Amino acid sequence: MIRGQLPVAGPHTLTWRSIKKRAFGPEALTAYLFILPSFIGFTTFYAVPAVRAVIISFTEWNLLRAPRNIGLDNYERLLADPLFWNAMKVTGLYVLYNIPIQVVLGLFLAVAMHRLTQSMIIRGVLVLPYLVSNVVIGLAFLWILDPILGTANMLLGWFGIPRQPFIGSPDQALASIAGINIWRHMGFTALLFYAGLQSIPKSLYEAATIDGAGEGRLFLHISLPLLRPVTVFVLVTSVIGSFQIFDTIAVMTQGGPVNATRAIVWYIYENAFQFFRMGYASALSVVLFMILISITILQMRLLQGNRSDME
Amino acid sequence: MQRTLVRIPIGRIIGWLLLLALVAITVLPFYVMFKTAISGPGTLFQQARSLAPLEPTTLHFERVLGLLSPEATRAAGGTGALIDFPRALRNTVIFTVLVVFGQVFFSSMAAYAFARMRFIGKDLLFYGYLSALMIPNIVLFIPNFILIRDLGWLNTFQGMVAPFVLMTPFAVFFLRQFFLGIPISLEEAARLDGATPFGTFWRIILPISRTPLVTLGILTTITAWNEFFWPFIVARQSDVRVLTVALQSFQSSTPQGAPDWSGLMAATFLSVIPIFILLVVLGRQVIASLQFSGLK
Repeated sequence: MIRGQLPVAGPHTLTWRSIKKRAFGPEALTAYLFILPSFIGFTTFYAVPAVRAVIISFTEWNLLRAPRNIGLDNYERLLADPLFWNAMKVTGLYVLYNIPIQVVLGLFLAVAMHRLTQSMIIRGVLVLPYLVSNVVIGLAFLWILDPILGTANMLLGWFGIPRQPFIGSPDQALASIAGINIWRHMGFTALLFYAGLQSIPKSLYEAATIDGAGEGRLFLHISLPLLRPVTVFVLVTSVIGSFQIFDTIAVMTQGGPVNATRAIVWYIYENAFQFFRMGYASALSVVLFMILISITILQMRLLQGNRSDME
Repeated sequence: MQRTLVRIPIGRIIGWLLLLALVAITVLPFYVMFKTAISGPGTLFQQARSLAPLEPTTLHFERVLGLLSPEATRAAGGTGALIDFPRALRNTVIFTVLVVFGQVFFSSMAAYAFARMRFIGKDLLFYGYLSALMIPNIVLFIPNFILIRDLGWLNTFQGMVAPFVLMTPFAVFFLRQFFLGIPISLEEAARLDGATPFGTFWRIILPISRTPLVTLGILTTITAWNEFFWPFIVARQSDVRVLTVALQSFQSSTPQGAPDWSGLMAATFLSVIPIFILLVVLGRQVIASLQFSGLK
């Protein structure tokens, strides 16, 4: 028997030598060197902070004095905090305004491009807003939606619609922000659907057309069912993204007027970086994380993952 | 015969009209930005009734770029709120270059190890990387801010790039998927010729992975160029702040009652130009990259 080998080692069992080789052999050592930079990045800025966020959420900490352990107090306080519930309501409403319109417009644009034109220029123009930073877009719309001088009210005036206050009013601010994000994302959503449509074999459409199907039927019976995996991806990522709306609010409304746009991530930001309540802000962020995980799992279940109907 | 000829175009015409309407809605805000930026000083009120630029001038671009004296800037509608555009642009370029090259290079090394090498804890570590994809930024930003503060890195480039320069879970995952598809025979041939693992990686793997590396590079460039939240938290001082942070601060320091819209729109329009150029030069590849980001 070879030294260092387990007595019953067969070809498929682990031996001391093979374990040693896997852990410390030349191949493994090379692998560790290749992984090392990313591993440092991962531990320092992902793994450790994720654990630390939970630990901080059990403390009261303003960064000036040492953190004080207060157990679950932050979580109890959160449940009784009207501003937390307001933030959840604002965020939920924002997602509800945002997602359906964005998905429908994206789907329409994708189908229109697929059936009417393959133009690269149209695709390039439609995706342009997505390539530009939210800050730039926020500033441009701050000017366009200006209640007195803005272009939006000028255009409404052409159709005889009276001036609107837009982000100046608690009733319209959130819808305005949602509108801006629909404008920004519809082209990108369309691009994803378009890529999905391109992967559907042309012969399916040809066969159906020969059978006398019109555009409406082609869409309902071929495109839509086969786009299911893309739709799941678009819904999951855009819901998760919308829940984390921040940049546009930071530039345009800072949570106001009153609390109309105080969405959850903006509220966490205020607590952490304006009031320096690190513990409370961390507790809020942990709750946000749990909500997002539940929504993702729920959506995957409801939409049955990656399978398309035709499979 | 004639009926079918008439029936089909109507649906197509409506489709085209809607499509072009949405294209127009997409372009309009960029046009308004441009129109305001090139309209002469003191025309803001007339502009509220006109879609055409009034008294066209390059004055606002010049003052935002710091080419005019303080008096001339004030005369052109400046409010004393300043944006040091060239410096902010330089900072954004430095930030973007560091993040793109660091992230793509280090992530590709890790992705190669995950795709090809055997070592203890590989699967566990890979699932760790993957699950980090699910954590919202804000959860990590609070502890990361504290770490950067404790290191004394607030308002520095190292503080700004640290969380992005060594890896992102998406970059590692994306490249690993691609490396798995490369035929292993190429590497075996290189090994027989006596190449070191790093030599194989550098001279064989990276060159044949041009397409996914460019795709990842484009996606990372766009994200880094537009990054706002993290620099906004850790680097607000005027000497290091990037364009997005500088624009936000320009806006918040302009008078609330009578904002300097001409200057703001000139600055925002200038900051979009690099994206226009990227789209014109690499249009096809940018669009392909974006489509890819959805189909991982």
